[in-house]
Amino acid sequence: MTKPLVAIRSVSKSFGEFQALKSVSLDVWPGEVMCLIGASGSGKTTLLRCINQLAIIDSGGIWLDGELLGVREQSGKLHRLSEREIGRQRLKTGMVFQRFNLFPHKTALENITEGPLQVQGRKSDEVRAEALELLRRVGLSAKANSYPAQLSGGQQQRVAIARALAMKPMLMLFDEPTSALDPELVGEVLAVMKELAKSGMTMMVVTHELGFAREVADRVVYMDQGAIVEQGRASDVLGAPREERTKAFLSAVI
Amino acid sequence: MRPAPALAEGFPDLSGMRIAREPHWFRWISAALIVLVLAGIARAFANGQIEWSYVSRFLTAKVILEGIVNTMVMAVLAMALGIFLGIVVAIMRLSPNPVLKTVAAGYTWLFRGTPLILQLLLWFNLALVFPTIGIPGLWSARAVDIMTPFLAALLGLGINQGAYTSEVMRAGMLSVDVGQYEAAQAIGMGRLRALRRIILPQAMRVVIPPLGNEFIGMVKATSLASVIQYPEVLHNAENIYYANSRVIELLIVAGLWYLLVVSILTPLQMLLERRFARGTLRPVR
Repeated sequence: MTKPLVAIRSVSKSFGEFQALKSVSLDVWPGEVMCLIGASGSGKTTLLRCINQLAIIDSGGIWLDGELLGVREQSGKLHRLSEREIGRQRLKTGMVFQRFNLFPHKTALENITEGPLQVQGRKSDEVRAEALELLRRVGLSAKANSYPAQLSGGQQQRVAIARALAMKPMLMLFDEPTSALDPELVGEVLAVMKELAKSGMTMMVVTHELGFAREVADRVVYMDQGAIVEQGRASDVLGAPREERTKAFLSAVI
Repeated sequence: MRPAPALAEGFPDLSGMRIAREPHWFRWISAALIVLVLAGIARAFANGQIEWSYVSRFLTAKVILEGIVNTMVMAVLAMALGIFLGIVVAIMRLSPNPVLKTVAAGYTWLFRGTPLILQLLLWFNLALVFPTIGIPGLWSARAVDIMTPFLAALLGLGINQGAYTSEVMRAGMLSVDVGQYEAAQAIGMGRLRALRRIILPQAMRVVIPPLGNEFIGMVKATSLASVIQYPEVLHNAENIYYANSRVIELLIVAGLWYLLVVSILTPLQMLLERRFARGTLRPVR
């Protein structure tokens, strides 16, 4: 039997008084495309940030590729990992942000090669060739030497996806990747994500694009107030929701 | 209710487990070593040729207290002058007008390019160049009467500070996103109003840490004014040890006062920083 790539068990997380995640448990299987939907403040972005350890969970455990994240268990106690070990664990995931977060002082190509060169210490000609191939894959071969400010939002987000892929992650995390884009630019980013899903990449996508979820997602997870309310195949959850809260959310969104 | 898929086995529930407190041995050992070294230094000073009774006696002597008040007055006034000049010169420097730009650059060049102590001596001795100063036909006075140690110190320190502060201010203004100028223009603001209402308040956030540095530097730079007879704390301490020969004791007295003033300024800077950080702390979801 195969193992889940991500196993989330009883994860809770609070920001002061506000409980962002309430004992969430979930498996993500290799090759699976999972869409997380829900109102803002429902905890879906926090869940992604916890998997990438940009947010530190209060209790529970997250395993990625069989390895417990952020802590080490030893004689009945949990010990925090060092910054260096956390950095190594982070390399297994790639993150795409809502606001792109490209490095403004580097060209598209340099944004992509920065991680492989500086963090992984790989050879520059090999990294460069891979980066150019990634740019071709996201349809931006002509923009290799453009700076982020010279690119449209959709182009910036595609560079950001290529930058994440350059680290060869096992899991791609997308945090509302199209929410900051003009409507006519959404399609080009979704097309890149669809192509990525087809290539077999495991993906967790926080999104409001229900069309994308319906077409690409293997599973849709609806979250509300820090908990998973309903999950299942996209056609089931989006087409025939059973929970009242899911129905209310869907009718408000569509 | 739609059944959630069964969770994979082999992943224990850790929700009841505490995160261990790490012992941090290295921190304890290094802290102990530092305490040991400090204790050694303190012992050396306690046994050295220092009459500590003189230190405690002169720490609150009237002349010393007057000196520290003069030091603070001069530091605050000169810094205020410096910040005012700094803002004006930074705006001139970033203006599209080539005349303003050149004047600003020339000012910075001149006053950063010569030693502060030399500038103080020049201001104080201005009477040697211009025996009388004034506006022809309206008013005039003897330069010796006007150029008191106080005024010479204020002009010397403040104008010199302005040259440095202008660069700090310029850095802060450059750090504000160009979109902010455009947004301010779009709601009908002119250049100066946009600078005053939109750009400078945002620049302040970046500028406060280096300005804090500059102000602390200014508190200590006032000691240079002792060479032109301004009665700040070091000058007064020197006058006392010329009389009683307790050189080290009185230098320690002055040093303690400088340390105390700087210790008070640091938390003040943190309060200012918090005030100007409004709206930049992002909420986390």
